[in-house]
Amino acid sequence: MSPSEPTPPARTATGGRSSLWLKGVFPLLLLGGLLGLFLTFGPAGVFRASFPPIEELTLERVDFPAPGRVRVRMVNGGPEPVTVSQVTVDDAYWSFTMDGDPTIGRLGDAELEVPYPWVSGEPVKISVITSTGLTFTREVAVATESPRADRRYLTTFVLLGLYVGVVPVFLGLLWLPFLREVPRHWTDFLLSLTIGLLVFLGVDALTEAVEMSGDVASAFQGIGLVTMGVVGAPMVIQGLGRLRKRGAGTEARRAAGLIALGIGLHNLGEGLAIGSAYAIGEIALGSTLVIGFLLHNTTEGIGIVAPLASEPVRPGTLVALGALAGLPTIAGTMIGGLSYSPVATVLFLAIGAGAVIQVVWVLARLLSQRQGSGLTGPLNAAGLVAGLVLMYATGLWVAF
Amino acid sequence: MRGGREHIHAMGTSGDVDTSLYDPSVHLESFDRGSTSPLPDGRTLREYEITAVDRSIEVAPGVHFDAWTYNGTVPGPTLRCTEGDRLRVNFTNAGSHPHTIHFHGIHPGDMDGVFEIVDPGDTFRYEFDALPAGVQLYHCHAAPLKRHLHKGLYGGFIIDPRDRILEPARELVMMMNGFDTNYDGENEVYAVNSVAFHYQRHPIQLRVGELVRIYLFNMTEFDLLNSIHVHGTLFKYWRTGTRPDHYDYTDTVLLCQGERGVMEIRFEHPGLFMFHAHQSEFAELGWMGMFEVRDES
Repeated sequence: MSPSEPTPPARTATGGRSSLWLKGVFPLLLLGGLLGLFLTFGPAGVFRASFPPIEELTLERVDFPAPGRVRVRMVNGGPEPVTVSQVTVDDAYWSFTMDGDPTIGRLGDAELEVPYPWVSGEPVKISVITSTGLTFTREVAVATESPRADRRYLTTFVLLGLYVGVVPVFLGLLWLPFLREVPRHWTDFLLSLTIGLLVFLGVDALTEAVEMSGDVASAFQGIGLVTMGVVGAPMVIQGLGRLRKRGAGTEARRAAGLIALGIGLHNLGEGLAIGSAYAIGEIALGSTLVIGFLLHNTTEGIGIVAPLASEPVRPGTLVALGALAGLPTIAGTMIGGLSYSPVATVLFLAIGAGAVIQVVWVLARLLSQRQGSGLTGPLNAAGLVAGLVLMYATGLWVAF
Repeated sequence: MRGGREHIHAMGTSGDVDTSLYDPSVHLESFDRGSTSPLPDGRTLREYEITAVDRSIEVAPGVHFDAWTYNGTVPGPTLRCTEGDRLRVNFTNAGSHPHTIHFHGIHPGDMDGVFEIVDPGDTFRYEFDALPAGVQLYHCHAAPLKRHLHKGLYGGFIIDPRDRILEPARELVMMMNGFDTNYDGENEVYAVNSVAFHYQRHPIQLRVGELVRIYLFNMTEFDLLNSIHVHGTLFKYWRTGTRPDHYDYTDTVLLCQGERGVMEIRFEHPGLFMFHAHQSEFAELGWMGMFEVRDES
C-alpha cells in the first residue's frame, strides 16, 4: 500500500459528483504512485535479467528506388533500444548510410540505404546485424524498381483502382432494372446470394488480415489490430446507422447504404493489399488478374442494389452508392503502392472484414422481416450457397 | 550519417573497430616466446602464462561477440619455441566455464588437455617437449567442443626446427576463423585474425622482392573447409610445415578445420593485391584483405 494518502471511506457514501469522480480516479492514482515507485527505486534487480535483452527489429519495407540503391525501413518492436551495426545483402557485407543515430529506440523507426547493385527480377535478402550480433532479415521475392509518386505510377494506380473496384461495382448496379421486374421470391434469392458473396468476402479479408499480421512488429500486436478492426467496425457502423435512423429512408435504403459503406471499407483494404503487392513485385498485373477482379467485384454491385429492388431510387443516389463502394479502391491502391505499412494494411483489411460482417447481419435481418421463408428457406439457402460458389469460381482468377 | 565512401568498393562493412584491446595488425606479427631459462641438461625451458577469460570482442565494426579467450584475445597468443625445448604452460581458468588447453604435437597422454578439465578458478600446468618442428595448434578441448572452439579458445603454436636455419623473412600469422554472432549454427562473420575486412581497411605493407612467410591456421567452426587465395603471384606451401622437401607451388590452398601450414610468398610487382577465401561467401562476409606492395627497397 502506498503510504501517501489515507482514504476516507465512511464519508463518501452519499457524496456528490466530486466524490464520485474521486471513487473513479482513486485506483488510477494508486496505480500512478506504484509506477512512480517502480521507476524511481527500480525493484528491477528481479526483472532485469543478466542475459542480454531480446532485441526485436522488424524490416518493414524494402524499396528499390533506383538501380544500385536499396532502401530499408525498420521498426523496433522490442523492449530495448537496438543499434544497427552492419548490413549484409545476399550474404555479403555492404556499406550503408543511415540518417541520424544508428540506435533505434523502442517503437522507433529508421531508414537505411545500401548502394547495392540489385538485379531486377531476382530475389534479394537483406540482413541487419545489431551491436549484439543478432540478425534481422527480410527477403524480397522479386526485386523491381519501386513506384514513385509520378504521373506514370499515379495513372497506373488510378487505372488499377478503376478496373478492380469502381467499374465492376457500377456494372453490378446496372442490374437494378432487372431486379425490379423479377418476382419477389427471386429478389429474396438474390439477397441471399448477396449474403453468400459477403460471407465469402468477409472470411477472405479476415484470413488475409491474420496472415499479414505476421509482418507487423510484435509490439504493434497484429492480432490486436485485427480484433479492433473486425469488432470495432460493425459497432461504429451500427452506431452511425442508429443515429441516422430518425428521418432517413426505409430499412431497405439504409441497408443499401450500409452495404455500400461496408463494401467500400472492404475495397479500401483490398486496394491496399493489391497496391502493396504490386509495389513489391509480388504480383504481375496480367490481364487475367484484372479480368478476375472485374468478375469478382461485379458481384459486389448486385449486393448493393439487391435490397432496393422494390424501392424508388434516384439515379443520383445510385451513383453515390457506387462511388461509396468503389472509389476507396483507388485510394487503397495508391496508399498501398506508394507507402506500404503493414500496420495500416492489417487494420484496414480487418475493418473491411468487420464492415462486411455487419452488412451480412443487416441483410439477414432484412430478409427475415420480409414476408418469405427467411434465410433457411430452400430457395434462399440455395442462393446463399450459390453466392459462395460464385465468389469461389471468380476467385480462381485472382489468387495471388 | 554512417558508413559512406571510405572504400572504393561499396561491398564491405561500414566504420572501423576499436583496436585498443586487440589490433589484428599487431597480432599479425606478434609471437609469444615465453620466458626462457637454461636446464641442467643444456636444453631451454620455456614458460608461458595463459589465462582463460570471458570477454566481449568486436568482430566487425559495432558488432560485439561474447567470446571465451586465452589471455583476452581471439586468437590467443601465438606461442613460439624451438624443437626440443622443454615447455611449461601455466594455465589459469578465470572464465565462467570449465576449460583445458589441448596442444597438437607429440606429448604424454596426461598432458593432452582432454581429460584434465580445469574448472573456473583452478589452474593446471602442462609440461612437455616441443615436438615435432612445424605449425601446430592449441585449443580448448572441453565439451561441448563446438561451443568452446567457436567462442574463441584457440591459438597458434609454432615449433621452429632446431637443425636448419630458415631464410630470414617477414613472418605473419593468419588464423582463419569465423563467428556465429546470433548462435544459429552459421557464421555471420568470417575473417583472418577475427576482425572482418580488417586487412582490407588496413592493408599489410610489403616490399617488392621481400620474402614473406605466413603461418596459416584454420579454426573456422561450422564450415568444413576454408581456403586462402593470393592475387598477383604464386606461393610455396608446406602442409603442417613438417617436411621441408615437400611443398606445393600454387595460389590457392584448401584447409580442413584444424589444419595448418606455412606459405612463402615473394611479390614481383608493386600494387594492391587481394588475399581472401576462395569461397566467395566467406570472402564477402569478411574474409578478405589486401597486401600493399611497394617498390622501395
